[in-house]
Amino acid sequence: MKNQTTDQSTMPATIRLGDIAHARSGDKGNHANVGVIAYTPAGYEFLGRYLTETRLAEYLLPLRPRQVQRFALPGIRAYNFLLHDILAGGASRSLRTDNQGKVLAVAVLEMPIPAPGNVQEMIPRPLADNPCWL
Amino acid sequence: MHTIRVGNGVGFWGDNLDAPRSLAERGALDYLTLEYLAELTLSILAHQRSKNPEAGYVQDFVSAVQSLVPSLRSQPRLHIVTNAGGMNPLACAKQVSQTLAAAGLGSIRVAAVSGDDLLPRIYALMGAGEPFTNFDTGKPFAEVRPQLASANAYLGAAGIVEALRQKARIVVTGRVADASLTVGPAVYEFGWKWDDWRRLGAATVAGHLIECGAQVTGGMFSGWNEALSLDNLGYPIAEISEDGAIAITKPAGMGGAVTPETVSEQLVYEIGDPAHYLTPDVDADFSNLELQQAGPDRVAVLKADGRPAPPTYKVSMAYRDGYMASGTLVVCGKGAAQKARKAGELILARVKAAGVNLARTHIECLGTGDTLPGVWKRNDDSLEVVLKVSVHDPSRESLERFVRELSPLVGSGPPGVTGYTGPRSKPYPVFAYWPTTIGRNRVAPIVDVKAASDW
Repeated sequence: MKNQTTDQSTMPATIRLGDIAHARSGDKGNHANVGVIAYTPAGYEFLGRYLTETRLAEYLLPLRPRQVQRFALPGIRAYNFLLHDILAGGASRSLRTDNQGKVLAVAVLEMPIPAPGNVQEMIPRPLADNPCWL
Repeated sequence: MHTIRVGNGVGFWGDNLDAPRSLAERGALDYLTLEYLAELTLSILAHQRSKNPEAGYVQDFVSAVQSLVPSLRSQPRLHIVTNAGGMNPLACAKQVSQTLAAAGLGSIRVAAVSGDDLLPRIYALMGAGEPFTNFDTGKPFAEVRPQLASANAYLGAAGIVEALRQKARIVVTGRVADASLTVGPAVYEFGWKWDDWRRLGAATVAGHLIECGAQVTGGMFSGWNEALSLDNLGYPIAEISEDGAIAITKPAGMGGAVTPETVSEQLVYEIGDPAHYLTPDVDADFSNLELQQAGPDRVAVLKADGRPAPPTYKVSMAYRDGYMASGTLVVCGKGAAQKARKAGELILARVKAAGVNLARTHIECLGTGDTLPGVWKRNDDSLEVVLKVSVHDPSRESLERFVRELSPLVGSGPPGVTGYTGPRSKPYPVFAYWPTTIGRNRVAPIVDVKAASDW
């Protein structure tokens, strides 16, 4: 998806959340959080409508979060999701390999979402255009 | 405008051993912070101290100081602020002082900041009306009090400021809020008032951004690609100005990247409500923050704010909760996933047949999607998977029986089982987490400052 300049007619009907956003996750006791950051203002506007507490809770349902809370950080185009009691005991007691929720971010970025009409305005600019990278 | 450079060279106990030295040598720092303590690290250190009264701090810090001797000698401005003291800041200060004195730096003043350890006065505090209810679950303290292993209040920046006022160049603390390692130097250098909430909030954002080391300079970044050059990864530097302006950068010529993308990911790392990032120093507000690329590998952090500090300190407690153990085997060939799952069940069945009942068990077939079962699409087609069996029980003996059942699977299980070489896994004690609070009037930092040669 990244670095393509195809027009909208060639876009797939479904994209990954990771096509329009990046993310990081970590633990707080038995809770975890995932911060999802849109690459562009259009992407942030879309996330605001699409990536609700209910949708994220449904996606993560197999991990049994007790509650999902969403907080906005508009200045960095981010939503922070607090996932209550999702870690099956947390760093000290969880028997899971990912006892600290480190991989929740990459999992959330694999969430399939219906491609919005203006998806081209949501994908990041190619890294080569950013002089700070090279 | 007076500006200080605070670099953080350790993000957790076990982080890269060479980073403190390279950051000090290449960072033109006023302050090097080293952050070793995760939520449960103190329980491990408490366990060590219970065996040896001179132990209970992070030994890695002593090696770090040894590696920093040339920088301490050549850079008179360089200070070090660390929470490596863990459960025993005084013993840590003493050990580090011996290292300094042996290197001819006995005149450097070293501070120990303690007062966070509540264990010795836990009954008195309960008598004075502190309930220590678990703030996540609402459960009463009585459930775990007999098993209590450690209890530490998160202190703020005040003890660090006092140590710096007494001319310490190395400040060794126990549990302080991670961000306070950065707030302390800023308050000391600029003489900020303790009710200057906006600036305290700004320095807290800076501390939060650098406290996990390379996680803000390209480590863990979602946009990872091979051009990101993570070899020789630069650790972060916060530039803090007297007026509360903040920028994040890294030493020139080192790997990684500092962009609004890398910084925004660390901004949301392990936070709850961004409008209330609570520390003992301030109720910091991250919710309106903006980030601007202000040069190569340099990001300005704008619109930080803060409100009055909370009336309570957070307390991190740990209680003994039995033992855990886990073991892995590699399972190969046709039907590897199916064989691995069956092998996991076999192990547990054999333990049970030996008369041992385990309280909690968990079988993972790694490579098929089991790190997040049900979230990852399951893939059972691989010709090799890792079987991991993890168990938890009050009895160490039960776990000793469990770990002996793994390697027999090679000869008495399905075909294609390997990966059993190396030492047998050992049961380890579980220190479970009990987050709670204490009234701030009941806790005060204790600051001892002496020349290294006098410790």
